[in-house]
Amino acid sequence: MSEYILLRHRTIPDLNQLEVYRQHDGFEAFRKVVTTLQPDEVIELVKASGLRGRGGAGFPTGLKWAFTDKKAWPHYVVANADESEPGTFKDREIMEKNPYQFLEGVAIAAYAVQAKAAYIYLRGEFWHIAAGLDQKIAEMEAAGLLGEKLFDSDYRLRIYTHLGAGAYICGEETAMLESLEGKLGQPRLRPPFPPSFGLYGKPTVVNNVETLSNVPMIIQKGAQWYRSFGTEKSPGTKIFCLSGRVYRPGNYELPLGTTFRDLIYTHGGGVPGDHKVKAIMAAGASSSLIVATEEALDTPMDYESVPRLGAQLGSASVIVIDDTVNIDWVLYKTLHFFSHESCGKCTPCREGTFWMRHIIDRIHSDQSSAEDVQLLGDVASQIKGKCLCALGEFSIEAVLSGLERFDGDFNARVTNGRGEELAHG
Amino acid sequence: MAKMVNLVIDGKEAQVPEGTLIVNAAKKVGVYIPVFCYHPKMEPVGMCRMCLVEIGRPVINRETSQFEREEDGSIKIQFSPKLETACTVPVSEGMVVRGFSEKVLSGRKDILEFLLTSHPLDCPVCDKGGECPLQNLTIDFGPGKSRFIYDNKKHLAKHVPLGELIYLDRERCIQCGRCVRFQDEIADDPVIGFAQRGRSLQIVTYSEPGFDSYFSGNTTDICPVGALTTSDFRFGARPWEMNSAASICQQCPVGCNLTLNVRRENKSGGNFVIKRVMPRQNELVNEIWICDKGRFTYHYTESPQRLTQPLVRKGGELVPAVWDEALELVATGLKEAGRNILTLASGRLANEDLFNLHKLTKSLGGKAVQYTEMAGGDLVAQVGVGLGTNFSDMGTGTAILVVASDLEEEAPIYWLRVKQAAQRGAKLIVVNPRPTKLDRYASHILRYPYGSEAAMMLALVNALSAKRPELPEAARSLARAGDIEAAAKAFAEAESAVILFGSEGTSLGASRSLAQACANLLIATNHIGRPNNGLIGVWSRANDQGAWDMGFQPVDDLGAAFRDAKGVYIAAADPAGDNSSLVDALKSAGFLVVQELFLTETARLADVVLPAQAFTEREGTLTNGERRVQRYYPAIPASLETLPDFAITARLAQRLGFDLEGRIAMRVMERLAAEVRDYAGVTYRKVSEISEQWPIIGRQDLYYGGTSYENSQGLGVQLQSAAQRGEPVPLGWSQPSVPVSSADSGLVAVPVTRLYDRGQTVLPSNLLALRIPEPYVALNPNTVAPLGVQDGMMVQLKLGEIIFELMVQLDYKVPEKIALIPRSMGVPIFGPTLAEITLVERAKA
Repeated sequence: MSEYILLRHRTIPDLNQLEVYRQHDGFEAFRKVVTTLQPDEVIELVKASGLRGRGGAGFPTGLKWAFTDKKAWPHYVVANADESEPGTFKDREIMEKNPYQFLEGVAIAAYAVQAKAAYIYLRGEFWHIAAGLDQKIAEMEAAGLLGEKLFDSDYRLRIYTHLGAGAYICGEETAMLESLEGKLGQPRLRPPFPPSFGLYGKPTVVNNVETLSNVPMIIQKGAQWYRSFGTEKSPGTKIFCLSGRVYRPGNYELPLGTTFRDLIYTHGGGVPGDHKVKAIMAAGASSSLIVATEEALDTPMDYESVPRLGAQLGSASVIVIDDTVNIDWVLYKTLHFFSHESCGKCTPCREGTFWMRHIIDRIHSDQSSAEDVQLLGDVASQIKGKCLCALGEFSIEAVLSGLERFDGDFNARVTNGRGEELAHG
Repeated sequence: MAKMVNLVIDGKEAQVPEGTLIVNAAKKVGVYIPVFCYHPKMEPVGMCRMCLVEIGRPVINRETSQFEREEDGSIKIQFSPKLETACTVPVSEGMVVRGFSEKVLSGRKDILEFLLTSHPLDCPVCDKGGECPLQNLTIDFGPGKSRFIYDNKKHLAKHVPLGELIYLDRERCIQCGRCVRFQDEIADDPVIGFAQRGRSLQIVTYSEPGFDSYFSGNTTDICPVGALTTSDFRFGARPWEMNSAASICQQCPVGCNLTLNVRRENKSGGNFVIKRVMPRQNELVNEIWICDKGRFTYHYTESPQRLTQPLVRKGGELVPAVWDEALELVATGLKEAGRNILTLASGRLANEDLFNLHKLTKSLGGKAVQYTEMAGGDLVAQVGVGLGTNFSDMGTGTAILVVASDLEEEAPIYWLRVKQAAQRGAKLIVVNPRPTKLDRYASHILRYPYGSEAAMMLALVNALSAKRPELPEAARSLARAGDIEAAAKAFAEAESAVILFGSEGTSLGASRSLAQACANLLIATNHIGRPNNGLIGVWSRANDQGAWDMGFQPVDDLGAAFRDAKGVYIAAADPAGDNSSLVDALKSAGFLVVQELFLTETARLADVVLPAQAFTEREGTLTNGERRVQRYYPAIPASLETLPDFAITARLAQRLGFDLEGRIAMRVMERLAAEVRDYAGVTYRKVSEISEQWPIIGRQDLYYGGTSYENSQGLGVQLQSAAQRGEPVPLGWSQPSVPVSSADSGLVAVPVTRLYDRGQTVLPSNLLALRIPEPYVALNPNTVAPLGVQDGMMVQLKLGEIIFELMVQLDYKVPEKIALIPRSMGVPIFGPTLAEITLVERAKA
């Protein structure tokens, strides 16, 4: 990676110290927007850059900011640091190693929508990261970068951290807002959406940590510069979280449009031993399983190309599955995850993920029959299209794609229900 | 006039106001879309996914803003690829809804299959069986077989007392959230909630005692499965075994409409017994709700202590007698008393009973006295709310002033109706000496010292008057209170205004002054003579208003009245039991006849005791606080030797040479309507008339509104006030009260009302034993800090000359130097009284 936009600490040591950050043009972007730009101008700039949400949905960020209802006040910005998708570990590196860039991004977003208060919602397990951020925020306040009359203007802003308590569903933006308000972390009805009815019923922008961390550089160096990375429809860089059966799992900041092959082999070092990639989960546990054909491996990782493979890029948490892994094990892991994390509000997800978990338990422990495999697919199809939020809908992605594209793996597991293996040709 | 929207639902054309949800629009044209979590009285949440339907919308060309058309000219409709919830989507012009297409039916079946995976097969032992939405919908739309393996079922606790009144079966719960949302949104007692998540989502209670809410019983009506049941009815009967009777609650002046479910039982010797009390829909009175007191305090009617035959005093003892003998003795006794007769009756009686009693008394030349501590019923007849008044119509533009009342304790459903009006924009002005649950919804809160209620109301009138007449001293300091101008202005400027006055800390005299002061404020601001304007008395009993209308008035000195009388006829009152100092007066009263349900302290002093029927055994009408005359029907046969009160009085009258109707209540009403001017035109037919109410509940689609009963027996008739008839109503003189000064004396005890007290209609309900407090006194911790009194300690309270031993409840919301004494708990207190508190001496060794 020639020029890091997000993981700049990898070339600049101690970037998580305020003085060092400032030495490298830290907070100049924030000063620029507060002192020379109107909030709407900031929104236009971010729109022009083509920045899309990095939390998984890929929604154009500038457009989301523009949707904030100007007839209702106050406005809020909430940074989604819940990072609970299995296989995702990018936001924590940013918050640990390059926290000021993230905080500056939050501040600029707040200015753009004229919010006076911003909240960072961190998953409960990140208590040490939250403590660190609190310290950084205090330092920013002491340096006059947060608080009243910033840069001698009328603009004021305070940032607060808030810890969750171990629920994946609180990464869903409306469930996050409910949790922030002190209520049970369950998603709300949409519409209305947060830009019109968000935190405490007020217009709120919810953005992922990585998304916000792009903003200071975009302001500094301009939209055209940002567009020089990535593809036309998916500009910029993305931190790809590579994990699974590779030599070098980890975070890799690469331009959008980099191929799977590049990520897995060039950067990740390939698959250990003589094994080959069998399937790729591009979006963590919420993925469809991509069959690792040569064509698939050569597909660029961006928001437009991946759907050609019957999957989504999502949060780009690329989990590599090789031929030592039976896909039923993959479903065993994802279904245990989703049934554990379901909030329980809507019937299909609450009952359906519980049911699917029981079925996969039987399949995975060689206690199942062919009917069970059929049943698993049926239940998944029954859940599809009926859930209140994306958790339920995504819980079936791996199931339906796995059953369809890797049916051999399941047939190998099937017995006649008495634990005896069936002969199969 | 709301804008109307046209749409088509399953081939039927519908025209409904903008903003209507699809599920309700469908109901209006007879298309029943199944729901579980949706309830027409609550905000939609779209969580159960049972109401998923196909929704098609007209396609609008973005450039031309015109509808796109098909080849045949019809508007192009685009159906959403995903099913949408009918309960969360409002109608839009040209919408096409399919509630019963193959895709929808398949989806509905899927959701039912999901719900039934862990739902236990409890139907044979589940109380909901027979009136269970899940059962009904499974038959209509569900799968015939389960594909879910029994051993995988999620097991949860099955007999969880959420408090001792409501039991929860967590396995049956389908997590629809109706109970939690009802408590949050409607009852404003968020004492239950969800805990954990996913398949382990379950209901818990946060309060101590559990499920601490006066409205908890309603959750068992709206629960779509047998998860929530009352301990009163659990394992009691099957719905199809029970008969129903329409009734009216007798516990407070709201007059909630009830349905009593009865059944014959082996263990009652083949007699009909009441199995449960359910709400009956009357959107003008109680909507579809009742409070727990109304739901759980019918047991006194079936108490083995009920009087079953007349008693006469022979040789100093009360012995059973036949009616002939008893009535003859009474007739003789009353004849001997001449004109010196006093009849004491209370609002526990029906209008028909009171009418006959009054007629007889007046025919004999006697005095008709009402047993009550509240005044003002005559003023309500003049400037009360009347014909056309409905709390549901109150919202923005209405002012509601509540004075001297802890409304949730005195009349919970009034609290609910007022709170909802405030949430719709009504200006709620709370005038009370201490904070209560109503404060949360108030736009203005005014405080006054106990005893100064009338002065406070006068100060409000004064704030509005340009002339600013000379205010009595008591009112002057109140008039200087900051918010009084704003409150008075809000009241005066409102398009409509009502005043509810209660009995917080009042004596009869204070109540008289208060009622008059309230009437003055209404007259001065011209909030009389139209619907939703006027005075409402939050009476102590269900039919106090009826008692006033029939001509019964309270007297200040009941003891003196007894001593002066030569014959005393008491019906539905227990003065000796409530105030032992009246025993001597009663003993000296000459001939005493008591008509009652139980052998009360007063009855024990009587020469003759006549057994009356309870409301469950007879017919009658009650007039509620909003002057609505409502009819109740008998639910179970009475014991052969009891008679309804009006019949007893009529038989007596016959022996004394007067003709009163005593055969059936309807005929008594005919005479009543002919003689009592306000009741002209009231007939049993009229009070039994019904009209369609919205939301439509209690039909085949039980899932929609719950198991409250549809009202097919009558909505009642609301009377007109004198002001509505155009009669002049002048301002009256109101004796301004004085604050009961405690600066030097130390402590003043004041009477307050609690919903659950130790009265004879409440105590027999054993299931409420843990909720009915032992006699107590409530004090501010600062008041008793020097004494070292702790919460729960026993103290001696000296009231006048008598000492009572009471438990202490410490509460910072009680004003300092004030002791709150709840009524009907064994401490006779009839107004602010000087008091002393000392610690109970510990056991002498």
